[in-house]
Amino acid sequence: MNTCLLEIKNLKVRIGDKTILHGVNLTIDEGTVHVIFGPNGSGKTTLVGAIMGLPQYEVVDGDIKFKGESILSMPSYERARLGIGLAFQRPPAVKGVNLFHLLKAVKRNEDDILAAAEALNLKDYLHRDMNKGFSGGEIKRSEVLQMKLMRPTLLMLDEPESGVDFENIVLLSDIIKEMLEKKQPIVTRKRSGLIITHTGLIIEQIQADVGHVILDGRILCSGNPHEILEAIRTHGFERCVECLEKQRKR
Amino acid sequence: MSLSENDIQQLQKVGYDPSGTVPRSGSFLTRDHEVVSLEQREKGLEILPLGAALQKYPWVENLFFKLVPKEKDNYTREVAQHAPVGYFIRAVPGARIARPVQSCFFIKTARFSQMVHNIIVAEPGSELHIITGCTTASYVKQGKHIGLTEFYVRENARLSYTMIHDWAPQVRVFPRSAALVEAGGAFISNYIALTAAELVQAYPVAKVNRGGIARFNSVIYAPQGSHFDLGMAAKLVEPEAKAEIISRAVSDGGVVITRGYLEGGAANTKGHMECSGLLLRDSGSIHAVPELKGTFPETDLSHEAAVGRIADEEIQYLMTRGLDQETATSLIVRGFLDVRLKGLPPELQHAIDTMIEKASLRSTV
Repeated sequence: MNTCLLEIKNLKVRIGDKTILHGVNLTIDEGTVHVIFGPNGSGKTTLVGAIMGLPQYEVVDGDIKFKGESILSMPSYERARLGIGLAFQRPPAVKGVNLFHLLKAVKRNEDDILAAAEALNLKDYLHRDMNKGFSGGEIKRSEVLQMKLMRPTLLMLDEPESGVDFENIVLLSDIIKEMLEKKQPIVTRKRSGLIITHTGLIIEQIQADVGHVILDGRILCSGNPHEILEAIRTHGFERCVECLEKQRKR
Repeated sequence: MSLSENDIQQLQKVGYDPSGTVPRSGSFLTRDHEVVSLEQREKGLEILPLGAALQKYPWVENLFFKLVPKEKDNYTREVAQHAPVGYFIRAVPGARIARPVQSCFFIKTARFSQMVHNIIVAEPGSELHIITGCTTASYVKQGKHIGLTEFYVRENARLSYTMIHDWAPQVRVFPRSAALVEAGGAFISNYIALTAAELVQAYPVAKVNRGGIARFNSVIYAPQGSHFDLGMAAKLVEPEAKAEIISRAVSDGGVVITRGYLEGGAANTKGHMECSGLLLRDSGSIHAVPELKGTFPETDLSHEAAVGRIADEEIQYLMTRGLDQETATSLIVRGFLDVRLKGLPPELQHAIDTMIEKASLRSTV
């Protein structure tokens, strides 16, 4: 029986004056991969941002426990050191800081950095300012490179496939699968994933265990991710909206 | 020459190696107003105290106070009133002096007013690199330094001049310099100041002739209580002359004024200037004053200037990688100051990198 890695209870989060998450409950066990579907503005990025501890996402109620401990009072760097990693959807450009500087600062061995950069076709980008003038695909590969070297226990990926061509989706998926120990027997897997996707392309490559639909700051339903994706592809999120309205009437 | 262990450390911080182990083509060390070391180790290189050069070569008189006039201001007048103290460094025609000449002006006596006058000549087709460090003994808190330097870059010669300042917090510094870059010549001036000084005020001017180039780079880190007023000017007076001015300034509570002036006065002249400033505290200021003047239609002059603070989202982003706020800030500051200075010997670049590293570690906001 796998143990619980992340436990979120009744999480309410606001940005400025606007409440974005209205009471999210989510449990992720060790060795499992969860996928979150939802239309734009539904609260997907807010959820991973709040788990990471980014200060613009203010938790107003509820709790986030990681490995059994509440992490709400921890700054993001402590959460990162504890094993939470987030590959950003749109990371900022950082002038003067290149990937190599950063990766060295997070105290990784130079050979590991070069090997990982090689695997992600990013060797030529190591000495350029981070994310400055990077294409969509280069940004995603750079984010995954950072995660690969940080080796988080909980790997969160915010739309890892957007802006990436098919060939690179396969490359990224292979590396993500490896990071999530997908080749190991289920019982020995310790690392978990929380993947936000808009298109679902990535989950065809990475076998996800649980899917969730988030709508209007609430988790509407959870279940088999492939079934959920199929339903969204057939009916769009309109069906989810109807479902939410029905739930509200009840 | 008697130098204490402390003095030696202080000299090394500004790129001067008294031990003789670092590759240098020559040395010139002035303590207060006394020349305590003069060495030349390469053929084609001449190093003399300026007074001796004026006696040895009558023609040096024609270079003396010619680019920087005696009457320029009170400071140049003050220098002119005294017998010259300073160096004369010359690369003879065609000499390629690959290893740098090191020099240092060292204030050893408290409250000393050091006044120096230097003349540098890179004769036609020669190559010369000079590092000048300026510093004070560790116990000296106050003092004054006026440094007047005239650079002559003759046809197709190449001269790089790197000045590193590491003053005590209450020293007032007035470099006064000017360069003449003759046809096809290249003049590279690097200025690095990463510690506090009460006031540094400088405005070197280069006049660039046909096909010549002048490059100014400055890297400044201004802690609380320091005031840097630094200008750099290039006048492109003949066709095909070029200039580039790059300045990076970090105010960690100090005041920085970066002035830049480019004047294009002939056909196909080209100049570009970049002034970037980073403010780390509410108490400091950075004032970038870029000026462009075109007096001929076929000139191409441009500038970019930006002053601001580090964006929160950049720090937040780096923090999600496990770096605390101080480390994230210093990583950004280090990257900001990390200008690759062209034509520097690797060990000097390394020494500068170390100074930048130290300065950035102080920037804990």
